[in-house]
Amino acid sequence: MAELNILEAIRQAMDEELERDERVMVLGEDVGKKGGVFGATEGLWAKYGDKRVLDTPLSEGLIAGAAAGAALYGLRPVAEMQFADFVYPAFNQIVSEISRMRYRSNGAFGLPMVIRMPYGGGVHGALYHSQSNESYFTSTVGLKVVAPGTPADAKGLLKAAIRDPDPVMFFEHKKTYRLFKAEVPDGDEVLPIGRASIARAGKDLSIFCYGYMRFCALEAAEVLAREDGLEAEVVDLRTLRPLDVATVLGSVERTGKALVVHEANQFGGYGAEVAAVIAQDGFEHLDGPVTRLAGPEVPAVPFHHALEDWFMINPSKIVDAARALAAY
Amino acid sequence: MATTKAAATTRHRELGLSDDEVLAMYRAMLLARAVDERMWLMQRAGKIAFIISGQGHEGAQVGTSWAMRRGQDWMAPFYRSIAATMTFGMSAEDIITAHLAKGDDVSSGGRQMPGHYGGAPYNIVSVSSPVGTQVLHAVGIAMAAWVRGDDVVAITFYGEGTSNQGEIHEAMNFAGVHKLPVIFVCENNGYAISVPLAKQVGGLSVAARAVGYGMPGVTVDGSDVLACFGAAREAHARARAGEGPTLIEAKVVRLTSHSSDDDQRRYRDPSEVEGLKEHDPLPRFADQLRQLGILTDPIEERLRAEVKAEVNEASRRAEARPDPEPETAAGGVYAAETR
Repeated sequence: MAELNILEAIRQAMDEELERDERVMVLGEDVGKKGGVFGATEGLWAKYGDKRVLDTPLSEGLIAGAAAGAALYGLRPVAEMQFADFVYPAFNQIVSEISRMRYRSNGAFGLPMVIRMPYGGGVHGALYHSQSNESYFTSTVGLKVVAPGTPADAKGLLKAAIRDPDPVMFFEHKKTYRLFKAEVPDGDEVLPIGRASIARAGKDLSIFCYGYMRFCALEAAEVLAREDGLEAEVVDLRTLRPLDVATVLGSVERTGKALVVHEANQFGGYGAEVAAVIAQDGFEHLDGPVTRLAGPEVPAVPFHHALEDWFMINPSKIVDAARALAAY
Repeated sequence: MATTKAAATTRHRELGLSDDEVLAMYRAMLLARAVDERMWLMQRAGKIAFIISGQGHEGAQVGTSWAMRRGQDWMAPFYRSIAATMTFGMSAEDIITAHLAKGDDVSSGGRQMPGHYGGAPYNIVSVSSPVGTQVLHAVGIAMAAWVRGDDVVAITFYGEGTSNQGEIHEAMNFAGVHKLPVIFVCENNGYAISVPLAKQVGGLSVAARAVGYGMPGVTVDGSDVLACFGAAREAHARARAGEGPTLIEAKVVRLTSHSSDDDQRRYRDPSEVEGLKEHDPLPRFADQLRQLGILTDPIEERLRAEVKAEVNEASRRAEARPDPEPETAAGGVYAAETR
């Protein structure tokens, strides 16, 4: 077991997959000599050369579209969008091409490829370096969407994503990159896509979360236990599409109360789907309104720290929402 | 006349083509045209919902595709690529089946609208409707071949209207940066549905843009099959030699309306439409071959009879194929059916 942070775990996953399978390649802006703006690909260019760890021009459509072409050819490209905020020039490729290549070719052409994207706020990145735009992709059939919250999950799920026969959008919350270290199993540990994990067991209410929200929810659960005697169950969804419905409903069955937390704004956000699944299929177990705690209805995260703090979901906001729900 | 004949004689041989090969190219054009015309008839008869034609583009498509190696190279075509996809391996029956959206259609199993060709067995990338997306796929395929050190060249086709998409710029720039083995063929028919070239391309030349991407841009008469073949053959050799991509702008004519849902008489002068026939690549190639004595009346008769029989048989077989079962529409979203 090694103690790694999420950034190191992601780098190690790519390193091991590049080593293991010569069809794997990495491409994106500054991923080569510089090792990425966050350092996710640090050292890989020196080790695998400038073809397999390839710097691209500032052309996000190209990054996605060329990755799709490489996947058609039989490679397993791992594309990096420097920030999730900059993915939109590639939206046409991702939605019109990548998500539906298998479907439109009646199964003849699959695209085994990954698009990694640092997302989320809390790092003074303002409107264009902080977005949580996962719901555009979770609502796109044909994609898989993964958003890990621990180093072990980040590594195991990225390996699974690289080996997956279908396109995977891999969301990395940039605030978690160096937030904490945790044990990562040695060796070739591949975690299945599509399984949530119970980050903390509890009986009084369920908190559904992913990415950085897992960290916040666990802190909140600690406060709730200490100050209120409430045992919150924290369910880390890990994969947003496909959603692990069984684990979600199983938790609601145990606790009777559901709080869905994400940093993206609430209206039409990913939490709406989780809430709807619970309301429709977990109705008989509910002992309170399915509740969402989400980012505010403003276009994006504002810059000044006072404004950003106002925007961000934090443990204290989760505690407040959990108390209100528990008291229902 | 004698001079022309001599020049023409040298021309196809100088390009490495035998008499039999040029005759085969002519037959490929005849077949693509016959398939195209048959589908218009089927559309008018209510058997096919929609058709987007390649008539007038056959010379450019057969000429450039002929320089590619079937089963080794890759093609990312567009919705007018009837002749190109057929030159690369698709049969008349494949094309007609795709238009009838039959259940075992190789392009999409009846999922896509007519004109959206594709075939894994032929290395032909599935076509979509947003224009220009396929050009990035061709560049990605060329990138993959370059990364792996494989002897593979990608060719992609699109119109001059599409040449204005941002993705084309992204694709060509990247291909130029890394000298990727890819050939861009812009079939310039002068119209993006109803909007003429002058309102589409600021500098009026698509080929002239190539210099900014670090590649040669060649303009060819797209109705001259051998000129198109020559340009593509050179581009293919450059790509294989590691010298990078080439942009070929083939000036073609669109003999039909944009599609069966369009009527070009609403925006093109009747005399202009009438004049297009002079640039039809089929009679032009036939004349060249006749001058050389490669094509004669009996050969022409035989070829036309063969093509007619082939199209009759292809449409008969395609029509007899089963329609897709409704419930099959749910499948093939992911490799393993998860959601």
